[in-house]
Amino acid sequence: MCRAVDLQRAVLAKNEAAAQILRTELSARGTTVVNLLSSPGSGKTALLERELRLAGERGVSAAALTADLATENDARRLARSGVPVKQVLTDGLCHLEADMVARHLHDWLPESTRLLFVENVGNLVCPAGYDLGESLRVVLASVTEGEDKPLKYPTAFGLAQLVIVTKTDMAEAAEFDEAAFRANVQQVNPGVEVVLSSVRDGKGAGALLDRALATAEGNRVHTPVMARAGA
Amino acid sequence: MHEMSLAVAVVDQVEAAATSRGAVGVSSIELDVGELAGVVADALAFCFELACAGTVVEGAELITRTVPGTARCAPCAEDWAVGMPPRLLCPGCGGAADELVSGRELRIREVRWADPEVREGRRADPEAPREEHRHPITEES
Repeated sequence: MCRAVDLQRAVLAKNEAAAQILRTELSARGTTVVNLLSSPGSGKTALLERELRLAGERGVSAAALTADLATENDARRLARSGVPVKQVLTDGLCHLEADMVARHLHDWLPESTRLLFVENVGNLVCPAGYDLGESLRVVLASVTEGEDKPLKYPTAFGLAQLVIVTKTDMAEAAEFDEAAFRANVQQVNPGVEVVLSSVRDGKGAGALLDRALATAEGNRVHTPVMARAGA
Repeated sequence: MHEMSLAVAVVDQVEAAATSRGAVGVSSIELDVGELAGVVADALAFCFELACAGTVVEGAELITRTVPGTARCAPCAEDWAVGMPPRLLCPGCGGAADELVSGRELRIREVRWADPEVREGRRADPEAPREEHRHPITEES
């Protein structure tokens, strides 16, 4: 029996093969990768700063790879948490690919790392299609972005294994409708957990770290409907 | 704007197929693009022009077909068009869809190789009807 070549598999066959190798290699040495996606300015770096600091306090060995088109500002911010941090400059590329991650980990990632957080390029379109070898994919949206963000970027939210709403201390000022946001998330990704977070007032502190550790311990992770694609 | 990466991958794949078949030119490439594949067809077409320059694919027409998203609810034995933005909750029971049946495709449906003589500019009879050889790219499953 013959069938047409599926390009998504072919394009991503290269990326997915690299991602799978990375996932296998890292999990063999006890490292779990968490891929963080959001729009620019949703608070990925602020959230990570808090969670990395908490990891340090709890004695969890963590590291972070942060990607931007330009500047090393985020790496400098994250380094204050005391964990190993590396900046990836994509030189204009809108997303990370698995082989880029693998190249940056080589000769850098400490052997003992339990959790590796990858802060993707701020973009809710392109990074959605690229597996980076992660075991947990987290998508963030801040309260100022509007309740319909999951509907505007359905593939990003549809493939999330955890959704974090950030800047909830500003929810009232932004007139954020939490129920509407949750309903929109459920429409594109039924069953995914939505966590509220604010680095200002401490809401949701440790939630990301806890989910990442649970994933590292082999607890079952949500499988989005979109990831169960016959396509 | 990851369409450039995708366009390069299309060209690479068709080039590899052309090499293995000894084809010297490509007339057209037909793509299936799911509406949830996160691909902008116009951007892909623009990038394709750039990506195929100087390759055996140069001059080929890129035809994209949009594949609508459909989801399935097993208990209700129902399939529905998810629409855009997609609705992955069953219209019958309100429960989560069991799977997305279609809508995330991004695949080459068919490639048409150009007539070698046309490509090489030495057709014996310019008035003869131009022949195109249709070959779906296939692989053993």
